[in-house]
Amino acid sequence: MSVEQAQVAVAPRQSRILSLRGRDRILSIASPLGLLILWELAAQFGFIDTRFFPAPSAILTLLVKMLQSGELITHTYTSLRRLFWGTLIGGIPALVLGVVMGLNRPIRAIFDPLIAATYPIPKSSILPLALLIFGLGEPSKIFMVAIGVFFPVAINATTGVLEINKIYLDVGRNYKANRWNTFWTIALPGALPVIMTGFKLGIGIGLILIAVAEMIGAKSGLGYLIWSAWETFAVEQMYVGLFMIALIGFVLTLLLNELERFIIPWKVN
Amino acid sequence: MSSPASHLRPVPAAEPAARPAIRIRNLTKTFNDLVAVDNVSLDISQGEFFMIVGPSGCGKTTLLRILAGLEQATSGGIEIDVPAARDRPENSMVFQGESILPWMTVWQNAAYGLRMRNVPVKTIKEVVSHYLDRTGLARFAGYYPHQLSGGMRQRVAIARAFANDPQILLMDEPFSALDAQNKLLLQEELLRIWEEHKKTVVFITHSVDEAVLLGDRVMVMTAQPGRVKQFVPIGLARPRNFIELQGAPEYGDLVHRIWGDLRDEVQRAREIADGLGAPS
Repeated sequence: MSVEQAQVAVAPRQSRILSLRGRDRILSIASPLGLLILWELAAQFGFIDTRFFPAPSAILTLLVKMLQSGELITHTYTSLRRLFWGTLIGGIPALVLGVVMGLNRPIRAIFDPLIAATYPIPKSSILPLALLIFGLGEPSKIFMVAIGVFFPVAINATTGVLEINKIYLDVGRNYKANRWNTFWTIALPGALPVIMTGFKLGIGIGLILIAVAEMIGAKSGLGYLIWSAWETFAVEQMYVGLFMIALIGFVLTLLLNELERFIIPWKVN
Repeated sequence: MSSPASHLRPVPAAEPAARPAIRIRNLTKTFNDLVAVDNVSLDISQGEFFMIVGPSGCGKTTLLRILAGLEQATSGGIEIDVPAARDRPENSMVFQGESILPWMTVWQNAAYGLRMRNVPVKTIKEVVSHYLDRTGLARFAGYYPHQLSGGMRQRVAIARAFANDPQILLMDEPFSALDAQNKLLLQEELLRIWEEHKKTVVFITHSVDEAVLLGDRVMVMTAQPGRVKQFVPIGLARPRNFIELQGAPEYGDLVHRIWGDLRDEVQRAREIADGLGAPS
C-alpha cells in the first residue's frame, strides 16, 4: 500500500520536471522575440527615434543585403579568426601555467603577485601599447584577445586545481603517478570544469576586446564595420555589426556548453 | 545452526612469523603539539590480515598513511620486507570515503595503478577484467562514478587496489560509509578475493564486528595519543562463513573481549574531545 502510494507520488513529479524544462525553453525563446516585436512596433508607430533605433526589419533587410554581397561574411570571418587565434595563444599557456601554479607552491608564490598586479589593468587600455609593439596588422588584434583570455583561464585553472579534493592527489601519489601523469590524470581533469568557466569568461572578454581593437587601426572585422558606420552615420549598418557580435557571443556560448558536455562527460548536471 | 565447529578450529599462526612483512619500531608522529601516534611498535607477518581498531582520532589513519608513504614519521621507523619483485608495487591503499576519480570510467579507475606503472596494455586488460568480474562490476565498466551507487563505487576502489597487485594492501575504513547489508556483502567479497592470493592486509575499522569477521589479528589502539593497547589474535579458521560465525560463541567472546578494551578508549576519546570543546 505505502509502496504504491510512493510510486504514484513519484510519477507526476517527474513529468512536472520535464514540463518545467519545456516551459523554461519556451520562455527563453519568447523573451527576445517579444522584445524584437515591441521594438518593431515602436519604430513603426514612431514611439522611438529611428535615427538612433532603426526598426529591426530595416536592420534585417540590410543584414541580408550585406550577407549577399559577402561583405558581412568577410568581416565576421576576420573577427572570428582573430578571436580563435587569440583564444588559443592566450588560453593554452594560461591553462598550463594555471594548473602548474595550482600544483606547485613555489611557482604559485612566484606568479601569484605578478598576476594579481597585472590583472586589474583594464585590457582595453593596453591597446595603444599593443599597436606600438605589434603595429596595425593582425598580431596586435590577436594579442588583445590573447591577453583577455589569459587571465580568467590562468586564475580559474589555479583555483580549479586547488579545489580538487585532496584525496584524489593522494590517490595519484599512492598509485605512483609521476608529474606528467599527475598533470594529465588528476590536476587537469579535476580542474577542467572550472577551467571551462574560465574559457567562457575569457572568450567573452576576448569578444569585447576584438571589437575595441578593430575600431582603432583596423581595415576589417566587425569592430571596424561598426566604427566605419559611425563615421558615415550609417546607423543600420552599426546595428548589423552589433547584431553579429551578439550572435557570435550567443553561438559561442552554445558551442562551449556542448563542448563542455563532450569533454566533461562526468559532470553531473 | 549446523555444526560451526569445523570453521572455528583455532589456527596457530596468529603470532608474527620470523620474517615479518612490516616491522614498525617506536613510530611516533606529531602534528605541532599534537601527538597522533605515540611509540608504536609491531610486526605484521607475510599474508596476515591485520586489523586496527581504535576510537576516532586515535591516529590509526595517520599510521596507515605513514605506511602508504603519504606522511613522514616524526621518529621511529618502518621496515617493509616483502619478496623482491621489481614489477609489483609495495602497497596500494583503499581510502576512506570517495576516492575513485570522478572523471574516469569504472574501467579506467580500476586500471589506474597499472597504467601509472606502464604495464603492457594486454596485461592491463586481463587483470582489470578479472577484478571487475570478481567485484561484479564487469557490466558497468563504461560507467562514470556518479552513475553508480556508493557501494559500487567502493567496489571500484577495491578493484583498483587489487588490480594494482601490491605486496601490501592498506584499507582505511573502506566500508564505513555503506549501509549494513552492502557492508556485509562487500566484506564477504573482499575475503573471497583476498583468499586468491592472501596478500598482507592492514585494515582500519571502527567496527569490532568487522575486525573479528575479517582479521587474523586485531590491534586495539588507545585514544589520543595513539598507542598500542592490546593485540588480540583471531583464531577463526578460513574460509569464514559470516552467518555461522556470528552465531558461534567464540565469535561472541572475541567481540566481547575487544569491545571491553575499546570501550574505555572510546570513553576517553570522548572526554578528550569534550575537554577541548571540540565536537566529537
